Amino acid sequence: MDAFLDDVKLLAAGEGGLVVEFGAIISPAINVCVQAFMRMVSGYKVNGIIEAVPSYCSVVIYFDPFKITRASLTKQIEAILADLQLTKLENLVRRVVHIPVCYGGVLGPDLDYVAKYTGLMVEQVIKLHAGQPYLVYMLGFTPGFPYLGGLSDLLIVPRQEKPRSRVPVGSVGIGGNQTGFYPIESPGEWWLIGRTPLKAFDPTRLEPFLLAPGDYVQFEAISLEQYFSIRHEVAQGIYQLKVSAEEQV
Amino acid sequence: MITVIQQGDFTTLQDQGRWGYQAWGMPIAGAMDSYAYKLANCLVGNLETAAVIEMTGSGAAFRFDEETLVSLCGADMQARVNGEIIDNWSSVVIPRRGELHFGRTVLGRCAYLGVRGGFDVPLVMGSRSTYTGAKLGGVEGRTLQQGDVLYIGKDTFIPAKVQKLTAADIPVFSKTWTLRVVSGPQTHLFQAEAVLRFFSEAYLVTAADRVNYQLVGPKLAMLDKVDVISDGVGLGAIEIPACGLPYIVAPDHGTTRGFPKIGYIIQVDFPKVAQANIGDTIQFQQVTEAAAIAALKIKRTAYARIRKQLG
Repeated sequence: MDAFLDDVKLLAAGEGGLVVEFGAIISPAINVCVQAFMRMVSGYKVNGIIEAVPSYCSVVIYFDPFKITRASLTKQIEAILADLQLTKLENLVRRVVHIPVCYGGVLGPDLDYVAKYTGLMVEQVIKLHAGQPYLVYMLGFTPGFPYLGGLSDLLIVPRQEKPRSRVPVGSVGIGGNQTGFYPIESPGEWWLIGRTPLKAFDPTRLEPFLLAPGDYVQFEAISLEQYFSIRHEVAQGIYQLKVSAEEQV
Repeated sequence: MITVIQQGDFTTLQDQGRWGYQAWGMPIAGAMDSYAYKLANCLVGNLETAAVIEMTGSGAAFRFDEETLVSLCGADMQARVNGEIIDNWSSVVIPRRGELHFGRTVLGRCAYLGVRGGFDVPLVMGSRSTYTGAKLGGVEGRTLQQGDVLYIGKDTFIPAKVQKLTAADIPVFSKTWTLRVVSGPQTHLFQAEAVLRFFSEAYLVTAADRVNYQLVGPKLAMLDKVDVISDGVGLGAIEIPACGLPYIVAPDHGTTRGFPKIGYIIQVDFPKVAQANIGDTIQFQQVTEAAAIAALKIKRTAYARIRKQLG
């Protein structure tokens, strides 16, 4: 871990932006630094920071240059990085958020294609996809959209050449070495293998977002009947999200 | 009650933006021209956070049920009250059952209509700004349509009067814009010659919306073909995608993107971007961070003075 921290770069992003870059590759080892750093920044409550935005391997800090100068912000960030160096990153507590998915059928119209392309049985695709937790590297693209890591190599399928102009909310897809689900209706070029009845984003909820950067997602196969009954519970606001502390991942 | 009798090209409710949720992928949205937005509220004695109407290209028309103090700022859309032309960058009383019509913009791109009290729409995650990308904020998360009815809020803090901004405080709009730029997190990944051309040659605006502005001009090559991993991108960032032509990041842009950022337009100059139309020319000018902060300080001091004068 320490090796990454020695190479941290501080870059400017406009007069009110500071990028803290932990590396330039997508890897859980670098992303854990991002997550641990984010928690420390919120804990320190540095005056003048407007908000911090984490991504795969960096964090952008937006600040008011009249409340804190770049020089003094840099000093505080360096102090946080020094503390980070002393932290056991593997002890970072993470949430595992369980996402029920109804695979195949009308809700997952491309499941058969994915099976055909990968040479697997449909049941094997489902088993592999729901087989292990995925790391939420970051959220972006649309509100609440998770960039997940950890898709099985056996499930890699090139993206669709022609993106769908409207992917329904909750669709679970595979594209390249990525997988994820759509929090709002948007265009998309992934193969849709199922749908979750959960809303990854709902601005009317007290907590609008289901997932946070650094969480793990565990997909769970459900039947069509379960899909509709959970969807009903979600609509009534009585669905209990299943969240567990980090399992061995 | 205010009724929309003509919807215009792209008319939305906006405020200072939806800050604090970028870590979850929520764009900030908010008024494109923050200066015109602030002054529209100032001119009618509103709180700084009150919602205003932003009109782009061709303006809308409204009928007012009650006598209402309103303000107009930003692009000149030849506003008329019951047929009579009224001054831009000023506040004016619309009589009971009066009609306010905006035309096509003469100069500039975004015009703002403030009403005393602000527009009363629900706060969504702390803001009234419309973000059409996720269909939230404003009126049902969409552009205003003919027949929409709007109500006036209570976002005032001082008594207000009919008044006009002094000429010195009114920004000058044109069809050629000089935008000052500070270096970005990936400036060093570009060829020195590309950076030089970026600052010495002009760019043409070929597309513009609340997500981004697309420019055509010299293509900018990187030192090596580097894949930039998606990272945070802020208002005014200048992204260079694989084609080598710049995008300027606007308020509805995604919070992260995998494009190298050659620079950031300084905060004081983003309102100029808001007022640049398709077909306008942009010249980028390299400045230091100290210059950017000095310019911001001047702007903030001037705004504080205007706020006092108008109050």
